[in-house]
Amino acid sequence: MRGQEARDQAGRKAAMATLAQSSGDDIVRLWNGAGLPSQAELLRGPETGLVTLRGRIGGGGAPFNVGEATVTRATVRLPSGQVGHCYALGRDKQKAKLAAIADALWQDPARRAEVETRLIAPLRSALAAAQEKRRAETAATKVDFFTMVRGED
Amino acid sequence: MYVAVKGGEAAIANAHSLLADRRRGDRSVPALRLDQIVEQLALGVDRVMSEGSLYDRELAALAIVQARGDMIEAIFLVRAYRTTLPRFGYTKPIDTGAMLVERRVSATYKDLPGGQLLGPTFDYTHRLLDPELAAGAGVAEPLRRETEAQAMPRVSAILAREGLIEPDGQMPQDHVPGDITREPLEFPMARDIRLQALSRGDEGFLLALGYSTQRGYARNHPFVGEIRIGEVELELDVPELPFAAPLGTVRVTECQMVNQFKGSAKAPPQFTRGYGLVFGQSERKAMAMALCDRALRASELGEDIIAAAQDEEFVISHSDNVQATGFVEHLKLPHYVDFQAELDLVRRMRAEYEARENPARVDEKREAAE
Repeated sequence: MRGQEARDQAGRKAAMATLAQSSGDDIVRLWNGAGLPSQAELLRGPETGLVTLRGRIGGGGAPFNVGEATVTRATVRLPSGQVGHCYALGRDKQKAKLAAIADALWQDPARRAEVETRLIAPLRSALAAAQEKRRAETAATKVDFFTMVRGED
Repeated sequence: MYVAVKGGEAAIANAHSLLADRRRGDRSVPALRLDQIVEQLALGVDRVMSEGSLYDRELAALAIVQARGDMIEAIFLVRAYRTTLPRFGYTKPIDTGAMLVERRVSATYKDLPGGQLLGPTFDYTHRLLDPELAAGAGVAEPLRRETEAQAMPRVSAILAREGLIEPDGQMPQDHVPGDITREPLEFPMARDIRLQALSRGDEGFLLALGYSTQRGYARNHPFVGEIRIGEVELELDVPELPFAAPLGTVRVTECQMVNQFKGSAKAPPQFTRGYGLVFGQSERKAMAMALCDRALRASELGEDIIAAAQDEEFVISHSDNVQATGFVEHLKLPHYVDFQAELDLVRRMRAEYEARENPARVDEKREAAE
């Protein structure tokens, strides 16, 4: 049971990460296409605030504060009782609300598969493709050193 | 007697509407959209985010257009905006080792794991103005090279294996990272607080100080161990979730400066380090920050403090361009009463001076007057 719980948490976190990284436009488009219910009671927000980013001295040492970033959060409750949350960089309130509803739906075992296949999976593959494109473009700028042989020996 | 003077309301209102007009400029030229600024003036946006100390591209773009391209004014606008927002907390420290790297170079190791990735750099360009760009020529898609994703350990980890480089900077166990947005500056300050101030510090000021260390004012023999630019994930611990909330990704630039060090009473000969970490793509700023960080460690490493770049109070007190511009620019606001007082004082001093230097003439004047 504990293993199952850990897997659930990892899956939920991964879904939230995908939603946080995706654009509000993409989420709205897929949401409308998938026909997911958007009825929910807003318990908090959506509201925009700040988080302070931390880095580490030398990359891996003691933490220090680097600067702030805007974050928008929302908490919703579905008619069926599940409570969902969203925290995402930026100031997109509609995105935060939909992502919180998605998180609540994800926690409903009857809805999870639908949320995963119709919303999270397409978002995740779009993000992966964009990441792969960027990685390949960067890889094309990798320096291939070669040695010039000089003189005769 | 002090007489309050009022007036200028209409002049101020009209000046602001004139500013709005001049900001917009010729109406037959299309107005800039924020997405155009975000996409095409991206490094200017990054500078405003870094020195405004607020990661939000659209807000930085708005600030740039509202400030008519005046970067320090834009940074000021962003700083003012962030004071209006509630704070949700401190993120978990970012892991730059797990970065999705867009550029990564080392000047100390040719063949480091992951390799040298030039990325979108101005380096090796000829710095020739491009008339085709002025004519609006199209741009080809960049080339791609399909490769396996490779781990890219930080170069400091490679040097550490030999034991010739100091480890990442540590603070005492119970140390809570200081926050200059919450507590006033106090000197001497811990390195973590210094780094926060440097990260939002003025690029030009830090660049000049970094340059001064290279020219012999607190020389510390720097090498770029590594510069890396790319996206890192952010996470925030919140009470309502059983795991850290993933927030999305931000782009940062990190610079690991490696400095030769001949040793002192406090430390053996080794490589020491300076560290730079800033928002967005800004390696000049990250490098300058790393040079200043290293120079400011003089007393920690037992070095003589002989130059401006080593003087913590001098550097940190003057690195913030919003504070600097506020104090310099306030000089143009009305100082009529102060100046009247000074004018009166200088008149009296001048009269006394003349009486002392040239008593005869003063007597003549007095006689003539009588």
